[in-house]
Amino acid sequence: MTNLMIYLTAGAFLPRDLELPLPLNGWELEIILVALFLLHILFVNLMVGGSLLTVLFEILGLTWPKYDDLARRIGATITVNKSLAVVLGVGPLLAINLLYTTYFYSANALTGYAWMGLIPLIILVFLLTYLHKYTWDRWTGPKKKRHIGVGVASAFLFLSIPLVFLSNINLMLFPDQWSEVAGFFSSLQIGNVFPRYFHFLMASLALTGLFLAGWFGRKRFPVEEHLPQFTRPELRRLFYRVAFYVTLAQVVFGPLLLLTLPSIGVTVTLVLVISAGVVVASIVMVLLWSELRSSDARIGRFYAPILVIFAVVVVFMGTGRHVYREASVEDHRQKMASRSDAFRAVSLAAHMRLDAGMSLGEGLAMGPTGKSVFKNCAACHAFDRVLAGPSIVEVQEIYAGDIEGIVTWAKNPGKKRDQFAPMPSFAHLGEEKLQLVAEYILEMGQEKPEEQTEATTES
Amino acid sequence: MDFPIFFVDHIGNRMLIAIIAILHVFVNHPLAVGAYPLVTVMEWLGWKNGSEEVDRLAYKVTMVLFIVTTTIGALTGVGIWFTTALIAPFGIGSLLRIFFWAWFIEWIVFISEVVLILVYFLTWKRWKEGIMKKVHIGVGVTLSVFSWATMAIIVGILGFMMHSGSWPLDQSLISAFFNPLYAPQLLFRTTYALMTAGLCVWFLLFFFTQKGSELRRKAVRFVSIWTLVWVPPFIVGAVWYWNVVPEAMRSNLDVAMLTQAFQNWHESFGYIMIAALAAIIITAIVGMSKPRLINGVLLLIPFVLGIWLLGHFERVREFVRKPYVVADYMYSNGIRLIDYPIYKRDGVLAHATFVAHNRVTEANMVEAGKDVFRIACSRCHTTTGINSMVDKFNNLYGPGGWDPTVMSTFIETMHNSRTYMPPFPGNQRELEALIAYLKDLEENREFLPGAQSRGIPQAAVGNNESSM
Repeated sequence: MTNLMIYLTAGAFLPRDLELPLPLNGWELEIILVALFLLHILFVNLMVGGSLLTVLFEILGLTWPKYDDLARRIGATITVNKSLAVVLGVGPLLAINLLYTTYFYSANALTGYAWMGLIPLIILVFLLTYLHKYTWDRWTGPKKKRHIGVGVASAFLFLSIPLVFLSNINLMLFPDQWSEVAGFFSSLQIGNVFPRYFHFLMASLALTGLFLAGWFGRKRFPVEEHLPQFTRPELRRLFYRVAFYVTLAQVVFGPLLLLTLPSIGVTVTLVLVISAGVVVASIVMVLLWSELRSSDARIGRFYAPILVIFAVVVVFMGTGRHVYREASVEDHRQKMASRSDAFRAVSLAAHMRLDAGMSLGEGLAMGPTGKSVFKNCAACHAFDRVLAGPSIVEVQEIYAGDIEGIVTWAKNPGKKRDQFAPMPSFAHLGEEKLQLVAEYILEMGQEKPEEQTEATTES
Repeated sequence: MDFPIFFVDHIGNRMLIAIIAILHVFVNHPLAVGAYPLVTVMEWLGWKNGSEEVDRLAYKVTMVLFIVTTTIGALTGVGIWFTTALIAPFGIGSLLRIFFWAWFIEWIVFISEVVLILVYFLTWKRWKEGIMKKVHIGVGVTLSVFSWATMAIIVGILGFMMHSGSWPLDQSLISAFFNPLYAPQLLFRTTYALMTAGLCVWFLLFFFTQKGSELRRKAVRFVSIWTLVWVPPFIVGAVWYWNVVPEAMRSNLDVAMLTQAFQNWHESFGYIMIAALAAIIITAIVGMSKPRLINGVLLLIPFVLGIWLLGHFERVREFVRKPYVVADYMYSNGIRLIDYPIYKRDGVLAHATFVAHNRVTEANMVEAGKDVFRIACSRCHTTTGINSMVDKFNNLYGPGGWDPTVMSTFIETMHNSRTYMPPFPGNQRELEALIAYLKDLEENREFLPGAQSRGIPQAAVGNNESSM
């Protein structure tokens, strides 16, 4: 419980939450969030991993030309995956906005420029990806370097986008450290952004490897036509190998991520969920290993079970991620709820105390007087000097005795003189108030001189 | 608003939203909604007449549509979420709670649209023969319907946000969706999209066909006819809209909102419409009879007028919405109507979390004034940039004429003289602090950073505890 003590004494920001209730039960939204997020991140993984592998194999293709063909076929898959990554991202974005409104928006604001920068950045990287894809035939020979340059640039941008998202997802969990943030780069020092980032990158490569093993290994893929220098078992083995060795690296990145998590959200449940995920993941590894050792004729027979069990791993990890998030904001969320309730109660009380007849900014509830209504005019019309409009003295000259004239003008004013901005309509104040104020204006300075000075100078 | 305050001082928050939203509409309407039906018809014509040439041309045009709509189109759509949520988290947060299912359905349709775009373009060269070509044309038709449906739903949701009858939602979600502006607005947008799609594709023909070729002549004739076909229903939509807007605004709002600004809008909409239509009709008729007379530069004239018309058309939403972000519930400064009394009494700073000062003192007037500005004004105004405080007060009182007493009176009553503005939410001391800051700004013109660069002021840490 020492965590909690530090957390309290640090004096975390304790904002008020939005007042409207959630449209669904919390747990329903949590399921929607986790499920939709996993669907979204699947395509993000394939997009990022696909981009990295494309440029990697294209560079290998400089020495061994057959990898250039392969790179091109991998690159073709990004087109669909990146579009799905974007559209499937909107759902979890809505869900996280609802469930963690204060946390998520606060993190967005604190990293605002980077967060907004995502939009032009993603547009740019998508355009570069198309350029890379559709110039493959044309930028060859001496132009090949330029082509690889575009590939490297888009891979680099694809690597930077998840970092911005991760910094937000991470920062939102630690309101006690928001005061330490000034801009996106400083937000990277909070929590454990980089271990999470590397874990994500490895997962992207592993998942893409697994996907490509099936994509190129499927019966309907015309290997002889598209990749004549490869055989189907070769391709399966190659991408199984990517999936296997990258996942093996998670032996380092996984514990690194877990151990660097700020302790505030670390619970027994979290450790159990993650451990279960690791156990299931080891089954995947065993299956992958036996696939790698299989003969050409037999490789690929475990592909479906691997996918299914891997999906289970992903669900465990996604759930663990959510369990951590819930635990780390739980205490803060309760305090925020009580502060919000307290505020709502005093606000309602203040509201009830107001007399029904009183509307805002118009003084007391005793009903309008010419003087009280005149306050709406006083910002532009003073008794004997020119503000944003002519003086009252001048108005009295123009409308001597003509109350209706003033009322008519105030309801539908125009622009008479060049030096003043046009007067806005005051028709919404209603006939009664306009009558009162018109009388007041015409009488000003005649009977009660102290009143007009008061009316024009009071604040 | 009780969030760390993102604030762009130079171009202003509203301009940031406007840039992304306008870019989105300019890509979405002519290219997604208008041009996919056009290329589908072109593909069908090529298939019917057995013309490989026409089919190839339709494919090339689709490639441009595909690249632009899946990058700028899709991302600016998501970008509207990003910007509005960043600038008005209270508004988006609240609207999401109210209209969750509407947004959810919209999202599903959006996914379908993007999937269909991918299928339509990526299978073009594979689904070429026999029945598969028919299937492919069918995908084009379905895609056209979904592109339109995405827009049709969005227009309804925008209607929800503008229409005070739409809330509380248990009463009239449906009546708000089909608000008086809905049908004319949808007709206007649909026919606008289809009509301008003709002009957009015409541009592409300069790149994808040989000068003087028979193919170009035929294609220009086709897009000219296409454009002309949509002119009559567009006129119906525009005139209908023009007639319904004042009525709709009267039912949504106080009569007072029909101010000069609106009158000006109403008149100029008529003039711009006549000019844009004349240019479009003339261009299309010349395109039909003497296609060679129209070059790329001449084609820009109807196009630019069309964009101007659409930009002008969009402004009505602003008229109708203000001063609220959620009608009759929350003002555009993020403050609920019901919370005004307590803020008027205690001040907005006393209950704010992410500010440097919770109380105004003699010593902190200017600094506390900055916090008041951030909370009360910064959603719409900059200090010295676009729509700035300096400009506003200079317009009213002239440079050097800023009298604190008069300014104070103005701010206290501005919601009556400028009915699109919410009332000032703070108390008397905060009003003084705001004016102290504004006077300081008049002298020093100092840039005011937002939370995205300066972070949250240190003094704020823990001070919300004392204010509870």
